[in-house]
Amino acid sequence: MKDRTKYFAYPYQVWMIIFILFPCFLVLLYSITTKESNGLTTIQFTLENFKKFFAPLYMNILWDSIFLAAISTAICLLLGYPAAYIISKTHLSIRNTLLFLCILPMWMNMLLRTYAWMTILGNNGILNNLFEFFGLPRVNMLYTRGATVMGMVYNFLPFMILPIYTALSKMDTGILEAADDLGANKYIKFRKVILPLSMPGVISGIVMVFMPAVSTFIIPQLLGGNKSMMVGNLIEKLFILNGDWNFGSAISIIMMIIILISMSIMNKFDVDKEGGARLW
Amino acid sequence: MVRKYLSRIYMAIIFIFLYAPIIVLAVFSFNESKSRGNWTGFTLKWYVELFHDMDIRSAFYYTILIAITSAIISTLLGTIAAIGINSMKGKMKSIMLNVNYLPVVNPDIVTGISLMILYISFNIRFGFKTVLISHIVFNTPYVILSILPKLRQLDVHMTEAAMDLGATPIYALRKVILPEIKPGIITGFLMAFTLSVDDFIISYFTKGEGVTNLSIVIYSMARRGVRPTINALSTIMLTVVLLLMILINKRSNGVEKSKKKRKSEVM
Repeated sequence: MKDRTKYFAYPYQVWMIIFILFPCFLVLLYSITTKESNGLTTIQFTLENFKKFFAPLYMNILWDSIFLAAISTAICLLLGYPAAYIISKTHLSIRNTLLFLCILPMWMNMLLRTYAWMTILGNNGILNNLFEFFGLPRVNMLYTRGATVMGMVYNFLPFMILPIYTALSKMDTGILEAADDLGANKYIKFRKVILPLSMPGVISGIVMVFMPAVSTFIIPQLLGGNKSMMVGNLIEKLFILNGDWNFGSAISIIMMIIILISMSIMNKFDVDKEGGARLW
Repeated sequence: MVRKYLSRIYMAIIFIFLYAPIIVLAVFSFNESKSRGNWTGFTLKWYVELFHDMDIRSAFYYTILIAITSAIISTLLGTIAAIGINSMKGKMKSIMLNVNYLPVVNPDIVTGISLMILYISFNIRFGFKTVLISHIVFNTPYVILSILPKLRQLDVHMTEAAMDLGATPIYALRKVILPEIKPGIITGFLMAFTLSVDDFIISYFTKGEGVTNLSIVIYSMARRGVRPTINALSTIMLTVVLLLMILINKRSNGVEKSKKKRKSEVM
């Protein structure tokens, strides 16, 4: 039986070759050829597209994306860890409700939620109206880098809370009791026992926030205005506006490499493979 | 005691942060004025207008059509593939799993442009077909990933026993394997459906003339100002999702309870 069901995978194998591997190969091919090569006979290989990316202009965009994504990830961690910790300490009956409330916003269209922030942060938005009501000066919040970071924290915070919660809730209570018995105070117990044991959750949370944050192009476009150009915006611009596929492909390859590196970091730390997959 | 209150306040702040934009959208769907940010009075006219807004209606139609079709096809493809992958061994299996993982870890924008390049290279006209295929491409890996754990838990001896008792392989598959992995299949289907409804980036790069989905309409409106009808639609959709989730929660609780009951009766 087992030997024969092996053949069930064949249709999907063909599917994967056509729609997953071959498109990736095409991106790679575009990234290492010149714009002038328009057929198999006139194909010209070059590394110019990658070299171009190392110009200060584009490197700044890359560093800026990594910087903004890293800041958002750090804020998510600072906000998310206490939240996950509190949820894991609550009674079982309300724990599921709290988790459900964390996931529910993700069911609403991400663009809509981001758009709603435009209503809140805008110059005539709700926050500014509130400020005026209390006699405070209006603040220009929308179309700033801060707004981009806030949008990313907002959209990806659940990705931080859930894996940390999973790690915390799986913790053996016996170990915690042992720490108490051996005279550890609350602070030491947290630093020496709880924090190290929740590290797999923290690592997968960091990767799960960082990966979509570094590649997003909607959030900087809607909330950051023209102020913050991220790698995602650059790729979109090159493909849709400029039609420069070769350069766009080279940047895509670089982005894939960044993602693969962060994935392999996660795999190294995440002993228990279920931790990350459970979120999906 | 103080700690308890502090943690309650902290959770309240987190949830206010998470729900503020959603509440704003819902409240402003009842706002008289078109301008965002100012409350001028209660109205239901945006809900009425929703039924006459052709752009949004057609986008909604395509969103749901593509979500249902792509979810069904990727569930079929994924279930068959998962059974196949589960009985593979060694290197081939790990290659399959890794390639299957690619659309999951790849940034959506890279998946989107790679498919766009594929369609242009083969002169495929952009439209319903290209969006549908793209959605199946990124849905199927999630279906497979949600079925594989169930297959791993499956007792091999059960199928062997079924065949020893005279079941044909197909009959054993239908009567033994499929019922056991059903929860995984349902999870996979729901995940595929929601991923497809929510997708923006991949549809954006593979859409064609006349075919849009809600995300794309919202995106193109966001710069000019979103029509309040979109607020109305999203309020309706969120209410439906909320009701569905509560229903599913209740149902799964009920199933578990009856299972427990059955178990205790057997014991």
